[in-house]
Amino acid sequence: MIGRGSRRLRARRRLLQGGGALALARWLPAYAADRDLLDIPALSAFLAGRSPRWERVRLDLPQLADNGQAVPMKIAVDGPFAPGPQVRTIHLFSQRNPVPEMAVFEFPVPLERIEVESRVRLAGTQRVVAVVAMSDGVLFAAGADVIVTIDACMDGT
Amino acid sequence: MRRGLVVLVAFCAGVSGAQERVLPLSVLRSGITFAGPDVRAMQSDDVANPGELWVERGEKLWNLPAGAAERSCASCHGDARTSMRGAATRYPAHDVARDKLFDLEARIDDCRTRRQQASSYLRESDDLLSLTAYVAYQSRGLPLAVSIDGPARAAFERARAFYDQRHGQMNLACAHCHDQNWGKRLLGETISQGHGNAFPAYRLEWQGLGSLQRRIRACLFGVRAEMPPAGAAELAELELFLAWRAQGLPVEAPGVRR
Amino acid sequence: MPDARVHVPGEVPRGKPFEVRILIRHPMETGYRTDDAGKPIARNVLSTFACRYNGEAVFSARLSSGIAANPYLRFFVTARDSGQLTFEWIDDSGVRGGERVAVTVV
Repeated sequence: MIGRGSRRLRARRRLLQGGGALALARWLPAYAADRDLLDIPALSAFLAGRSPRWERVRLDLPQLADNGQAVPMKIAVDGPFAPGPQVRTIHLFSQRNPVPEMAVFEFPVPLERIEVESRVRLAGTQRVVAVVAMSDGVLFAAGADVIVTIDACMDGT
Repeated sequence: MRRGLVVLVAFCAGVSGAQERVLPLSVLRSGITFAGPDVRAMQSDDVANPGELWVERGEKLWNLPAGAAERSCASCHGDARTSMRGAATRYPAHDVARDKLFDLEARIDDCRTRRQQASSYLRESDDLLSLTAYVAYQSRGLPLAVSIDGPARAAFERARAFYDQRHGQMNLACAHCHDQNWGKRLLGETISQGHGNAFPAYRLEWQGLGSLQRRIRACLFGVRAEMPPAGAAELAELELFLAWRAQGLPVEAPGVRR
Repeated sequence: MPDARVHVPGEVPRGKPFEVRILIRHPMETGYRTDDAGKPIARNVLSTFACRYNGEAVFSARLSSGIAANPYLRFFVTARDSGQLTFEWIDDSGVRGGERVAVTVV
């Protein structure tokens, strides 16, 4: 009786621990987990099996967009760069837009400060991911989640 | 004697200053104060404000000779920075000779057809928006100060009645949102006081610059009312009422709005 | 007339990064909109943007309909010699645009 109980108890404890870890994973910053890249097929295709490092890149977008037509976006990559690997390109991906690759920023010469700002269109609430490709092939990435609401009043003009 | 007194009282009540403000000066707030930080940053940044593209275009048009008369705006009005300073604060204005209420767009178009002898601009056309933005920009920071005296009074009263009247399927009056419920939330947005001091404005929803008349029409669509056509007299009259209601607020054109 | 506004600092210290800001008038038509008659409006996006510093390419971008109308770009260039920044862009319909601004390096 005792043996059965303790075995059941151990199994139950293992199950609870496993479940607890799963529950904890849901609360981690979404962009820190590679599994979220599966949400964006174009991004997965671009990565072609490579895993980016979720560090060194800051992707700033408002948490709540005033209007999906023009959402301020800033990408910054922490230096220093010279004399080591340089930033070659930055790719911006959208989870929900009809065109998932939003932009590619190219840096043909070494620059001291890698920072790009623009305004993007977002077709609804979604995740945006920026992937930085270095000259030595290493990839860095960052993500941001943006809530996009519809207008309170429709504009028929 | 009594009749004289009645006339005197009526005269006093007729003076603009004696009109009771809908929103007292102490609570008057521009639409920009209801906007989020991104919109505010965009409006205050002269390089990133998309409306500045129209202002710059307007400056080019101001100096471009046009029409059979081959005159530019500058031919008569010289440097807009001096000649147009304060102009936008006084519009819409009633033209006594023509017995018509002109908003800024109509005045510019009138100059174009009569003085330059060029073809009339379409409402919301790029050229007209550019010139309006450029002229309004010369009054940036100056307080609105329209007149509702004399012949403008009838237009003002009609517009005020329109503003207080229910419209559309939603059966709402402008006053319901903008006088009684400004500051409160409507879906994800905060209701503004409904002033027009930032127009022509770059509205993110339009992805371009638009006039105050367009914004008013959009509001009417919002309550599912029929929109008067662009350029309709009642829209100019509403612009007058709104400008009176917002008097004291500075011109912010080109504004940026959601 | 192609409209663009450019801003760089008045004077930039040699060897240091300086801020470049450009705002270009362009509808960035997505191709997903229809006009009032229900007819689709053709896609026309400013798709290629390039910045040259005294002739050398220093920054470029490939843009899609995911970039807002009237595109705004802010980026940094490392100051070398005084001279000129030239900007060129082309949209889907083949229309080219350009702008230039002087750079004073101290």
